[in-house]
Amino acid sequence: MAHATAGHAPAHHRTNTGTDNRKLLMWFFLGSECLFFGSLIATYLIFKGDSVVGPFPHDHAGEKGILDIPVTSTSTFVLLMSSVTMVLAVYGAQHGLQKMMKLSLLATILLGITFLGFQTYEFRTFGHEGLNLGTNIFGATFFVMTGFHGTHVGVGVIYLSSLLLASFRRSGLGPEAGFHVETAGLYWHFVDIVWIVIFTVVYLIPT
Amino acid sequence: MATVAGTLARPANVGVWSWITTVDHKRIGVLYGITAFTFLLWGGIQALLIRTQLAVPNGTVIDAERFNQLFTMHALTMIFLAVMPLGAAFFNFLTPLMIGARDVAFPRLNALSYWVYLGGGLILTSSFFWDAPSAGWFNYVPLSGQTYTSDLGIDFYVVGLLTLGTSSLMAALNFTVTIINMRAPGLTMMRLPVFVWMTLIISFLLVLALPPLTVGLIQLLFDRNFDTHFFVPEAGGDPILWQHLFWVFGHPEVYILILPAMGIVSEVLPVFARKPLFGYPAVVFAGVAIAFLGWAVWSHHMFTTGMGTVPRTVFATNTMIIAVPTGIKIFNWIGTLYGGSIRFTTAMLFSIAFIVTFTIGGISGVMHASPPIDGQHQDSYFVVAHIHYVLFGGAVMGIFSGIYFWFPKMTGRFLSEGLGKLHFWLMFIGMNMTFFPMHFLGLAGMPRRIYTYDQGLDWGFWNMFATIGSYVIGISIIVFVINFFRSMRQPKTAPNNPWDAATLEWATTSPPPEHDFDVVPTVRARDPLWYDRDHGIEAPEPTGEHIHMPPPSYYPILMASGVALLGIGVLSHLALTALGAVVIIYSIWGWALEPTD
Ligand SMILES: [Cu+2]
Repeated sequence: MAHATAGHAPAHHRTNTGTDNRKLLMWFFLGSECLFFGSLIATYLIFKGDSVVGPFPHDHAGEKGILDIPVTSTSTFVLLMSSVTMVLAVYGAQHGLQKMMKLSLLATILLGITFLGFQTYEFRTFGHEGLNLGTNIFGATFFVMTGFHGTHVGVGVIYLSSLLLASFRRSGLGPEAGFHVETAGLYWHFVDIVWIVIFTVVYLIPT
Repeated sequence: MATVAGTLARPANVGVWSWITTVDHKRIGVLYGITAFTFLLWGGIQALLIRTQLAVPNGTVIDAERFNQLFTMHALTMIFLAVMPLGAAFFNFLTPLMIGARDVAFPRLNALSYWVYLGGGLILTSSFFWDAPSAGWFNYVPLSGQTYTSDLGIDFYVVGLLTLGTSSLMAALNFTVTIINMRAPGLTMMRLPVFVWMTLIISFLLVLALPPLTVGLIQLLFDRNFDTHFFVPEAGGDPILWQHLFWVFGHPEVYILILPAMGIVSEVLPVFARKPLFGYPAVVFAGVAIAFLGWAVWSHHMFTTGMGTVPRTVFATNTMIIAVPTGIKIFNWIGTLYGGSIRFTTAMLFSIAFIVTFTIGGISGVMHASPPIDGQHQDSYFVVAHIHYVLFGGAVMGIFSGIYFWFPKMTGRFLSEGLGKLHFWLMFIGMNMTFFPMHFLGLAGMPRRIYTYDQGLDWGFWNMFATIGSYVIGISIIVFVINFFRSMRQPKTAPNNPWDAATLEWATTSPPPEHDFDVVPTVRARDPLWYDRDHGIEAPEPTGEHIHMPPPSYYPILMASGVALLGIGVLSHLALTALGAVVIIYSIWGWALEPTD
């Protein structure tokens, strides 16, 4: 283990496929997550346009839609940028560039928190405008789906913050720093991609 | 073995603490086995209560409400707490041994799966102290909605199944990675023992089938507690959505229950027929085909919901097509027996009985594939007969075959063949007495889930017959338990390979050492031990090199208690859920920083 070089799995983790067990675990976990979000998004699509009473997501019978597309486009941009900083963090970790890794991790975390801030603002605004879980089927499907996505972003923020904290230890993230950050990156990019699907389905495609 | 600072002391391999902190796949397998067998006994007692109530017309042993709880909990206990984890007991104990590995890919995650399973099982079972779930195991809305079932029972159902699902998902991820990544040199995929193939297939099924159920359970939880209307048609929802989400999980689930038994039978038959498995690639590909097709048949549980002609035709056709790979397996097992010099051990008897009873259940399954016939069978005792022929006649018979077969490997001791055969015949006769008459009762119009029936319906005779049969099954289980405790008092006399079997687990001692193999075996053919025997290849001498095994850890049980708290909080006070989250985050940090070298 001691002879392993930065960014490479140590020798005793040699596997049949050549992929590290932990990375394979993350891939299969994300496969499972695809079905999880797939079921939530499918539920949203099945019930799209089925609300009996307002507020409705898009303009409906002269009533203005509740979704604020410019604001959410901004938060989507913020989340997309966090994927860029995540890539930089992985690059820094794999090439031993400590400062770059730490700054990029910090940027990713802050962008993630900003996204969650936008989501909190959006949820609160909807509440003030009279849309809650129980108001109509749009409220139920929207809040549960985006709420679980937000929870995933929150878990990602804790995951990356743990890595950032650990990187300040004397031993840093250890000889496998590149590997750890890369695996976290897989999760983070996945959560971003899910958001792009949700954003398209909810905000861009009118009823 | 040296202890590294920061890890738990190693020498304590005895005592309760060593079991609580164990990360050894064999010990975790034993924990799964004992826990699941205890739940099997409990589920059996529930079944006997149900049968006692139904023995005579207008029975008065149990009232209607308790009866609803019993048939619901009987199904949940048997499916999620007994048969699935008994499968897990086998694949925990056997998979690393069969693939020539020293443990699974993630030993601590494996321990976590077990403890979360135990927590989920206890939560679900403890519901009897408050309100047990009573809306049937598939828990259809609107019956399971707040309007018709306002007690805590359904919330126990939701929390219990979410917890158990988490456990299964972690186990499935672990075994997928283990089988794909940790095979011994020379052990290619097409040389894997069929049991390991089946473990891999059910792992994939679990990884992909659990999320739809999770989403359905979350929606039901929100409908019941947070005012949403996912399943309420007046508010734009749809109760049929629950049925879809449940059966998208539920149909793959039946393969999750049966494939381990099919794997066990595929290991037992060749050994006692003294012939390699007939048509190995066909058996493997049939298993893969069953798993693949299993995704496109779920709506055969919903033929009576009015889906329209095209979906009914598609789902009926797909369901009938599944009979083809299943039939391929059955013919391959018969082909294995054909021309073999058969030893009729208890394990072999159970495996042969599996083929017979599973085929009966399979054939009634094909009958249900036809929508018009299904319309007649729906919610009748015919369906109850079908499910018990495949789950008892199939899965449970296969599991007992595996217990008799691997008992020497697991404990170093033999179960008595005399008592074993008594157990077998009582169980075989009892199960046919219990479940075969249910076909007649179903065709005579007896609906499932009724807590009693009238004198004049002529259902009394076969109901009494079935009840007597269920007591015969009960006696057979007592014989097994006696056999077990008698054997455990015997000295450990089992040699490495008492049955002259072909797979790698028989290359090491009985029971195996903590590190499984002194020297990681090299595989040269599909039945490695027979190949080595026939080619005069001796087992390699131990080199005395240092073998690193992961140290014990208390983080799995700590984290599992956090997961249990999450669930208990949902049922009682949300502050407990918050506490659970804190415990989980603390455990993850401790886990990540715990040295494993
Ligand atoms: Cu089915």
